[in-house]
Amino acid sequence: MDNLETNDLQHFLLARTPALAARYEFLTFREVAAGRAWLSGLIDKVGTASSVGAHSPDARWVTLAFTWNGLRALGLDDDSLATFPDEFKQGMAARAEILGITGANHPDHWLGNLASPQLHAIAILFARDVPERERCRTEHARYLDQIDGVDVLSSLDLEAIPPFTYPHEHFGYRDRLSHPLIEGVDPGAICGWEKPTKAGEFFIGYIDESGYIPVAPQPDILSRNGSYIAYLRMEEHVGVFRDFLRRNGNSIEEQELVAAKLMGRWRSGAPLTLCPDKDNPELAADSKRTNDFNYGKMDPYGYGCPVGSHMRRMNPRDTAESMERHKMIRRGGTYGPALPEGVPDDGIERGIAAFVGCASLVRQFEFAMAVWTNDPNFKGLGNERDPFVGTQDGTFDYTIPKRPIKKKIKGLPAFTTIRGGAYFFLPGIRALRYLASGPQTRTSLQNEGELQWHN
Amino acid sequence: MERRLAVVAQGLALARISLTNFKENNMAENIWEHPVAMAIPKEGYFKLEQGRYGPVYPQTPACYGFSVVGKVKPGREQAIRDYGKNIEDAVKGAPDVLAPLKLHYLRWVLFDVGSGLHFMYQGIFDTDFDKYLEDAIALFIETGITTVFTNLEGWPEDWKTNIPAVVKFFREHQFPSFLEYGEYPYVSADEIKKALKVKAALSNMLDQMQ
Repeated sequence: MDNLETNDLQHFLLARTPALAARYEFLTFREVAAGRAWLSGLIDKVGTASSVGAHSPDARWVTLAFTWNGLRALGLDDDSLATFPDEFKQGMAARAEILGITGANHPDHWLGNLASPQLHAIAILFARDVPERERCRTEHARYLDQIDGVDVLSSLDLEAIPPFTYPHEHFGYRDRLSHPLIEGVDPGAICGWEKPTKAGEFFIGYIDESGYIPVAPQPDILSRNGSYIAYLRMEEHVGVFRDFLRRNGNSIEEQELVAAKLMGRWRSGAPLTLCPDKDNPELAADSKRTNDFNYGKMDPYGYGCPVGSHMRRMNPRDTAESMERHKMIRRGGTYGPALPEGVPDDGIERGIAAFVGCASLVRQFEFAMAVWTNDPNFKGLGNERDPFVGTQDGTFDYTIPKRPIKKKIKGLPAFTTIRGGAYFFLPGIRALRYLASGPQTRTSLQNEGELQWHN
Repeated sequence: MERRLAVVAQGLALARISLTNFKENNMAENIWEHPVAMAIPKEGYFKLEQGRYGPVYPQTPACYGFSVVGKVKPGREQAIRDYGKNIEDAVKGAPDVLAPLKLHYLRWVLFDVGSGLHFMYQGIFDTDFDKYLEDAIALFIETGITTVFTNLEGWPEDWKTNIPAVVKFFREHQFPSFLEYGEYPYVSADEIKKALKVKAALSNMLDQMQ
């Protein structure tokens, strides 16, 4: 088992900052020198897996990641650029149709210039609260003015929505209940039946579930301790969702059950497989129990958790082939103001900004998106897509297995719309220094790095 | 007597539900009832639809499938032939070992028609070639089937650490059919097995009524 270099890995996929607010700044580098200068000045603020959490909660951390175009805009040489995977080179917008991101979700309708080849980097500014986020924004804007040559293409403000007792999104579902156990990392939650996943499934340069260290972009110093993160900005149509629940349930209990059947968990977070008829918020909050179940043995026909529900699609557990090769780490949060219960939809954009972290975009993220999410014939369902993340256009169904006859909802409405997406490479700290330096420094950094690993 | 009739009626009702589900799952009403032949364009598809690794090949009356053809490295014929016995033993020992591939049939052929010894792996299955290729490769590696491919020219040396190169090998050595025929078109192996189980259960139930 490899020991993870926690002082070189960015914190983003490994540790959560105590932040209730954040700002995503999507950047473009007009000149190579400016891009490198901007990066140099920020490296010390980048949170690592070992530094985040250990310090006082007042410390501010930044996460930096780059598109393939961004790596080129930082002056990375062609030979090195060529060693990155095809799907990362093409970018998410170019692969939207492959992923099933079509119709209203298509990049033609995206916001924030995310489909533009000028999108080079994302800077995530984490903050304890909204006032602090505003201070971060001003500071970064001042910094960019100084640098002159790096521009903000667009940005997104994130903040948690009330009630603040547990993280949840605009539809009211509790979130952040599932996180893969990573070998070599101390897990916060314990999953009953699941065994830890090899670090190489998420971080480059480590053994993955194939038993080997897969080929990686070159040079090693650039890719080691890096990850890929797929970004999605997903608007949530709260009014449409609440109307749907009211149309499909005569009482509050019935409506909550419908909501649960779509997700696979009650909105409290309690999993349907363990709580098929009644909600159990206490179980939901218990990290030892909330993930302690499987489908193949405990719920094969989906009488508890429907086969096509979001949770079961994104993690089919023991009913998937090579499940250990399909794990991903999710991050992100809510944007936009909360819509109080009973208030009609005001048309203001609200939703979630999500990141999916893995070591191979095509094998992990793209597979989940193209197959588990958007293949209408997933598990032989025939005409169904994921009810929340799938591209819904009113022509797909949703089956709720029931004895003796299943319930089939025809023409599921679109509860969400994808407003943007991108593929980023999340480098290690050494890699960030490598990217920030000129060619001569890069060669000596490379040689230093090689000495380090071979000793 | 009344109770027996009630049980028979319930059995028939359930059979009807099962048949309805079966029909629903097989796209169009009764599509499986008559054989269908389908001529396929040279590219292997009617309309170009991009998958993660290349064009998607459509489902046909013979479900999904592929024919992977490769030239055998000199002296490796016996190594490939021997693998037939390996697979036989593996399936005997664990009948579900190839279940993830959702196979109907497999045919492995060695042939020389004048340009050297070649190997063909032909499979008919229920999963989309592009969608589930990595899972298939993982299974090949697990069962050792990849050992057969290491005896073919062009197989990537770094196959253990370079899955994209392995995917590329399969796609480049794959040849689409231009005609496919299905006696019971589009029906998956799972549906066939379900139908046979229902038949056996009904038959058993009728016996109980004697």
